Amino acid sequence: MNRIRSAPPRYWLVLVAVLFFVGLPTVVTSFQSSEWTQVLIFAIVIMGLNILVGYNGQISLGHGALMAVGAYTSAILIHRYHVDYLVTIPIAGLLTGLVGFLLGIPALRLSALYLALATFALAVVTPSLIKRPAQFTGGVQGILITPPDPPQFAKDVFGGVTGGPAMTSDQWLYYVSLVIALLLFWFAWNLVRNRPGRAMRAIRDREVAAAASGINIAGYKTLAFGISAFYAGVGGALYGLTSGFVSPDTFPLSLSFQLLVGTVIGGLASIAGPLVGGIFTFWLPILSNQFVASQPWIPTQVAAAFKNAGPAVTYGALLILIMIFAPNGVVGLVTAGYARLQARLRGAGDRGSGQMPSDAQTV
Amino acid sequence: MAKMGPRLCVLAAFLVTLAACGGSNAPAAQTDVGITSNSISLGNTIAQSGPAAAYGTIAAAEQAYFTYINNTKGGVNGRKINFKVLDDAYTPANAVTLTKQLVEQDQVFAMFSGLGTQTQTSVRDYLNTKKVPQLFVATGATTFMADYSSHPFTIGWQPPYQGEARIYAKDILANHPSAKIGVLYQNDDYGQDYLKGLTDGLGSSASLIVDKESYEVTSASTASQLATLKAKGADTLFLFTTPAFTIKSLVITTALHWEPTIYLNSVSNPQVYMGIAAKAGAALKNVTSVGYIKDPTDPQWANDSGMQLYKTVIANCTTCNVNDGFNIYGVAVAYTMVDVLTQAGSNMTRQNVMNIAGTQLNESNPFLLPGVNVKTTSSDHFPITQEQVITWSGTGWTLKGSLIDERGTIK
Repeated sequence: MNRIRSAPPRYWLVLVAVLFFVGLPTVVTSFQSSEWTQVLIFAIVIMGLNILVGYNGQISLGHGALMAVGAYTSAILIHRYHVDYLVTIPIAGLLTGLVGFLLGIPALRLSALYLALATFALAVVTPSLIKRPAQFTGGVQGILITPPDPPQFAKDVFGGVTGGPAMTSDQWLYYVSLVIALLLFWFAWNLVRNRPGRAMRAIRDREVAAAASGINIAGYKTLAFGISAFYAGVGGALYGLTSGFVSPDTFPLSLSFQLLVGTVIGGLASIAGPLVGGIFTFWLPILSNQFVASQPWIPTQVAAAFKNAGPAVTYGALLILIMIFAPNGVVGLVTAGYARLQARLRGAGDRGSGQMPSDAQTV
Repeated sequence: MAKMGPRLCVLAAFLVTLAACGGSNAPAAQTDVGITSNSISLGNTIAQSGPAAAYGTIAAAEQAYFTYINNTKGGVNGRKINFKVLDDAYTPANAVTLTKQLVEQDQVFAMFSGLGTQTQTSVRDYLNTKKVPQLFVATGATTFMADYSSHPFTIGWQPPYQGEARIYAKDILANHPSAKIGVLYQNDDYGQDYLKGLTDGLGSSASLIVDKESYEVTSASTASQLATLKAKGADTLFLFTTPAFTIKSLVITTALHWEPTIYLNSVSNPQVYMGIAAKAGAALKNVTSVGYIKDPTDPQWANDSGMQLYKTVIANCTTCNVNDGFNIYGVAVAYTMVDVLTQAGSNMTRQNVMNIAGTQLNESNPFLLPGVNVKTTSSDHFPITQEQVITWSGTGWTLKGSLIDERGTIK
């Protein structure tokens, strides 16, 4: 009991968040569940990107393409080889992880800007590349995936809790995504707090010093790429399953940008950041479009002009604001605010006691 | 720190209560979802941002027509049309989410005039499973008309791309039987559909095609493809390209000092684009295309009652350019939609509306060329199949010959 009482507040926050996400589909509509599924999927991919960018200091503008690899792996296995959809998710992750690992090898020789360009190239060519061979990938027509029916046990449990209409496939996929997201967040949390995480951060902060301390730079850099791609592959597979359709247009260039922006907005090198980033990445384009148009006080001409550039303008403006006022992202802002509040509550006595400031970079 | 635990529990309880309160908007059971005694609700997803944003004006023009009907006729049979348009940025993943939003949250009666082949393919199975009509999709991909039997809640509207390409083939065989054809096409469903129609239409003369070059929608220029086509000795150039690439290709062709006979697909032939190409230095000699809609810039329609109605309607849209061919397209397809709803009368079920749209249409639309019939029967689900060859005069399109009907040739 004492141990529970003395648990730091972030454990309680995690518990609240988990309870919130587990209970959500029982109180919202099936459609709203499907929206939150997308949030969870973006959170998974951004978590992977965060390991690479936030913890290891490498840049990737190609994660949309890695999602495409995962989504197509899953879709082709389901559609052509009739593999069970749940089995295809880890396969998609592993295959994409392998692609990411191979991508990490040239990344060793490239520094930030050049690496960004190399991964950018990947994002550019992938939508064209996956059109061939058309018999295999469905070409420009893409591949349709029938949404999976929930298994009987899930229907029973869900029906028992809500007492309402039967569980839909959207609600089932929400829970599948939630379980996978929890597993992957737990894995990431352990990763960054242990030896590999420390090594990655050491490389990010001072590569030469890390090498001098005996850290295998090449190994850890490619490992970070591989793990990051694994997350993107799993996210991509889920993305295809929830959309029920994969095609070259599903993974435009802008997706890669959205993911990177989501990572920064959420907060680099933080475990909660990707969840916030996922929420932003999913809702921002939708809200910036639908909110402005629905406001009667905004003149039609302005609304129309804004609408056509809506997501891009909002992304740009938000990114600049975040960079200026909250370089550690939303999570960094909250953590700093909380620390300040604590200091205020504890009274003036503690002020200037030489305590270390709260630092989002240290998890 | 230890005191935080109980506080957070309270917060948690508050959050759960909040979520529970927000979620009590369960839909009530209705036999005709989206229909009330005084309203009909329709949904649409289209590109208003992103690379295909130019198409977005179509939905605005459709909205203008519905506004016109609501204001001057009091709606359809006493019900005003409520048209909700969402921006899918031309990506299938967005189209899926937004279509679900319109169907499940906004409870629309039907989806109307969704634009894009991949985006509309991505929601076709979903809408058919839910038995929500997917009416008059804005794409000429043949599958949306040809696969009516497997997708009875989906119907297209505009002439199929393959039919248009067959008309070009007929024109070639009649007027240029020894042409050396070079084809430039966009490597996606749209370009490939056109190419298939041309090859099928030429039949045994398909060897007239000396070379086919493709480009990706992400590429910057078509210069190398056009240079290759010229080097292969083509004297007739087919452009199965979207507007931006068409303008570039017309300019590059002139820059290469190449003067082939040009066949231009109807997606890219609005006069606005021809004007841009001419300004940028394209010669625009011997350009042939097809049309089925009245061109708002053509002086011969100045006193036409349909064109005057179009100008009255489009005044309801402050952002629409009256000369843009996409806008009269939007008004024309909205006309068909209103026609179907009017015919449904008091029997406003999804099934009945779909039956009328898919099998009982027979309409002469005032915005289409005289003689073009919008028609479906129990065995034919291609609403528009008639088109007329047009040639570029330097200032506008001139109608040539008479309407050519491709009904029944495409399976």
